[in-house]
Amino acid sequence: MINVLAAAEWGGEFEGVLDPINSLFDFPPIFEFGLFGLDLSINRTVLIAWFMMALVGGIFALAVRSPQVVPGKLQAFAEMVVDFIRTIASEIIGPRGTRFVPLLTTIFVGIFALNIAKITPFLMLPPTSRIAWPLFLAAISWLVFVGVGIKEHGFVGYLGSILFPPGVPKPLYVILTPIEFLSNLVLRPFTLAVRLFANMVAGHILVVITLVTIHVFLPSMPVGWMVGVFGLVAAPIVFGFELFIIGLQAYIFTMLTAVYISSSLEGH
Amino acid sequence: MEGSINVLGYALATAGPGIGLGLVIAKAIESMARQPEAAGMVRTTMFIGVAVIEALALLAFVLAFAL
Repeated sequence: MINVLAAAEWGGEFEGVLDPINSLFDFPPIFEFGLFGLDLSINRTVLIAWFMMALVGGIFALAVRSPQVVPGKLQAFAEMVVDFIRTIASEIIGPRGTRFVPLLTTIFVGIFALNIAKITPFLMLPPTSRIAWPLFLAAISWLVFVGVGIKEHGFVGYLGSILFPPGVPKPLYVILTPIEFLSNLVLRPFTLAVRLFANMVAGHILVVITLVTIHVFLPSMPVGWMVGVFGLVAAPIVFGFELFIIGLQAYIFTMLTAVYISSSLEGH
Repeated sequence: MEGSINVLGYALATAGPGIGLGLVIAKAIESMARQPEAAGMVRTTMFIGVAVIEALALLAFVLAFAL
């Protein structure tokens, strides 16, 4: 597909070497900065993340600046978001879930805001498509559900409850304990991060290919413009689909965090 | 023909999760139709199952680029 697009852009034959797909996500630093050997340069991804953070923070700060008993439009919106998360928390964790509503709301709103940059004009790049963001969010989720488990059952009790699930014949623990260790402590945060990351990468590539198709084929005569028209028709559908994926990924990340917290609270 | 064999690998890797997702979602729709009052609970559980199965396909997607 990329080859075809490149050939069309070059007017027939394309002999050059294509950039790897990395070039869609990697941007040169705008402002070089390092500390203790760490590269802390500011590039486009970080700027987008800061912008979305300021935007969401501003909206929510405005919404709860002077809370009324009868909420205005903005406050009603903020309350709707929090109430949505509260429903998830109480459905999955139970009555003790109220304690985790602030955390889950932050995770949901944060991921949604970072993802929505993917289809926001002039930004068009989700910061969550760089592995650092999903990994960091998954690390927070991991720390919380392990911390809650240790606080609930004690260190030995929690490890025992996840490594040695009761009601299994003793010899089976030889197989079961490594599997449980991997699935609970390694695969859980890893799949959380990779799910968000892979969805955002795939979505970004899809959006880029759709828009580049329009850009390349629409001005090309005499037959190429038909492909461009197809791209024009497909673009709103792709954007709608991406909006759905953005919401779904934020929802799934939040819900799985709630599920993991609830399994830590209960033990096995 | 030129290209990366990883694409074929990813195509193969989507088959299993595809079948799994189909089974999970079909059963979820079936039970929602049978018992609409349990729809909320079924939907939540379905999303958890979908998320677990989907992870396989997404791992393949990442590894197709990484390896």
